[in-house]
Amino acid sequence: MLDFVQQLVSGIALGCVYGLIALGFVLVYKATEVVNFAQGDLMMLGGFFAFTFIGMLGLNYWVGFAGAVICMALFGMLAERLVVRPILGYPQFSIIMATIGLGYFLRSVSGMIWGTDDFKIETPFSQGVLRIGSLVLAYDKLSVIAATIILCALLYLFFNRTTLGTAMRASSENMLAAYYMGIPVKRVVSIVWAISAAVATCAGVLLAPITFIHSNVGLVLGLKAFPAAVLGGFGSIPGAVVGGVLIGVIESMAGFYLPQGWKDVAPYIVLLAVLLLKPEGLFGLHVRKKV
Amino acid sequence: MRFLFKTDYEDDIKLFPHSGYIYSYGLLLAVLLIAPYVLSSYLMSQLVFVCIYATVGVGLLILTGFTGQASLGHAAFLAIGAYTAAYLQQFNVPFPVYFLAAGLLTGVVGALVGFPALRLQGIYLVIATISFAFIVEEILARWESVTNGNEGMRVKTMQLGTTVSRDGPTFYYLCLAVLVLTIVGTLNLLRSPTGRAFVAIRDSETAARSMGINVALYKVKSFAISAAITGFAGVLFAHKLSFISPEMFTLQLSIEFIIVILIGGTFSLHGAVLGAIFLVMIDPFLTYLKDDMPGVIGGMAATLGAGTERAGHIQDAVAAFASANGLKGAIYGIIIVLFVLFEPLGLYGRWLKIKLFFQLFPLYKRATFKRQKIYVKSERNR
Repeated sequence: MLDFVQQLVSGIALGCVYGLIALGFVLVYKATEVVNFAQGDLMMLGGFFAFTFIGMLGLNYWVGFAGAVICMALFGMLAERLVVRPILGYPQFSIIMATIGLGYFLRSVSGMIWGTDDFKIETPFSQGVLRIGSLVLAYDKLSVIAATIILCALLYLFFNRTTLGTAMRASSENMLAAYYMGIPVKRVVSIVWAISAAVATCAGVLLAPITFIHSNVGLVLGLKAFPAAVLGGFGSIPGAVVGGVLIGVIESMAGFYLPQGWKDVAPYIVLLAVLLLKPEGLFGLHVRKKV
Repeated sequence: MRFLFKTDYEDDIKLFPHSGYIYSYGLLLAVLLIAPYVLSSYLMSQLVFVCIYATVGVGLLILTGFTGQASLGHAAFLAIGAYTAAYLQQFNVPFPVYFLAAGLLTGVVGALVGFPALRLQGIYLVIATISFAFIVEEILARWESVTNGNEGMRVKTMQLGTTVSRDGPTFYYLCLAVLVLTIVGTLNLLRSPTGRAFVAIRDSETAARSMGINVALYKVKSFAISAAITGFAGVLFAHKLSFISPEMFTLQLSIEFIIVILIGGTFSLHGAVLGAIFLVMIDPFLTYLKDDMPGVIGGMAATLGAGTERAGHIQDAVAAFASANGLKGAIYGIIIVLFVLFEPLGLYGRWLKIKLFFQLFPLYKRATFKRQKIYVKSERNR
């Protein structure tokens, strides 16, 4: 039983990281109907920025964290301006390919700059553990869970309660109509990319004490975040986090109870099953095309 | 400029629209046939890879280019073809039998993947095919009694009457024959009702369905044909490498196949071949960059008046850059982005533009090839 709870908590913590990356997918998808295959690599880059500020320049953890988030937000805007904006309005496949290319580029370049070793960031949560009875919970895992809940709540409120959030949802439904309604669609898209890069950075920094940062971490985790986003319905903010947690728990349980090898494929088997049975995801809206 | 005067449907679907096609492709074929006697063994080896990649590219084009179903899982089909060949070889099955068996098995697996894919669109399909490829990769690594797990399998030299060495001209001719047959077969497929149905589904599924096309059936067919062609290529791939292991067939390889058709152009079979040439030639280009470029740039700097010492520094810097780890990935990334942004029709599209420019000489206008941007349609509600 204790093993089960222990696995459950570490699964939830891992799942929250998937959820945070999936949040990035969902944000960009909600606002522009573009799927950003480079989301995991933005996370990796955010982790490296934080490592540079905290580990190499020796800044305070929170200052370095904030610096990394700001840098990455700007970088997200830059990436949107250079890669995505020229092809908005073209078939989705072109945009998917462009972001795959962007991811490739970021991975290789950060490998060239920071090397291919694993890096670790010292955080205030790295050491301590919380003991409840005989249950031992590491603070770094709890910090991931807490940060995910806070970010998710903030983004949910942002999308549903603020004017800018509504504008974003409108421009995702129909860019042209949104533009006619006076929404500055270009700026909205730019802001969305900044936010999603910032969320990715949070994921990267929180992840750093758990799995370390290396140049391929984005690819590995980004691909795990897809099942999370699909499970949640690819357009729902709470859905992304719930999907992420489910995937994390499934992976962690499969690693513990099933023979070796299941851990890595279990999320994808679940994903295929979900796509077969309920393609719109657990929280998605089912819409039929009218002719 | 030549004007083709078509009087009936037969004229419209001719394999060779006019005699020029026969002469030019005949010449190309002749050049390819004498290539082994002219080119170095390294270039021949690259040419074999071009043939294999182009075959996969044609298979992928049927699915992605003509039926409009994106797939990032073709490395898995290639792996199934390669492993079938390697497995059957152990029981002394002759080459033609396991070649066909590999294609058949891959086609069946492709159809099985096609069924669940019926309900999926766009991004979901991409993710589903990625998942499929991951699962296949893991099965290959774990099913040790058949696939030998992560240790990989050795592929014996091909026996086709005599021993066919993987570096010899006979193997090259075999790959070339498979490629040419695939291309001719696909061209015939595309002018048949099946091919027309594929294109109709790509352009609008709803419209295709209302014209009486059984969308589900044709999508599954497209998956099966595409997978089978990739399976055939997989057999050749296994023979060329003479050793296969699960980590060769990763997402990276699937992305390379997509790069092939993206760079070549997704609207014509020419694209698969041009893209394959481009992709395979990146490696020799990088080697060149590593070996010769520093000397060339250093020499240029020296002649342009930088002192010998400065020129030496420049040479070292260039050498360090050219041999940096991950340069290949960065170049791939830049190439993909640049092609998507500036040459969405690919290399073959560029060739058509140049041709049209000279045909229409002073009257060419760039808008001819401009794609329409659509800001209204939401792919979510398809």
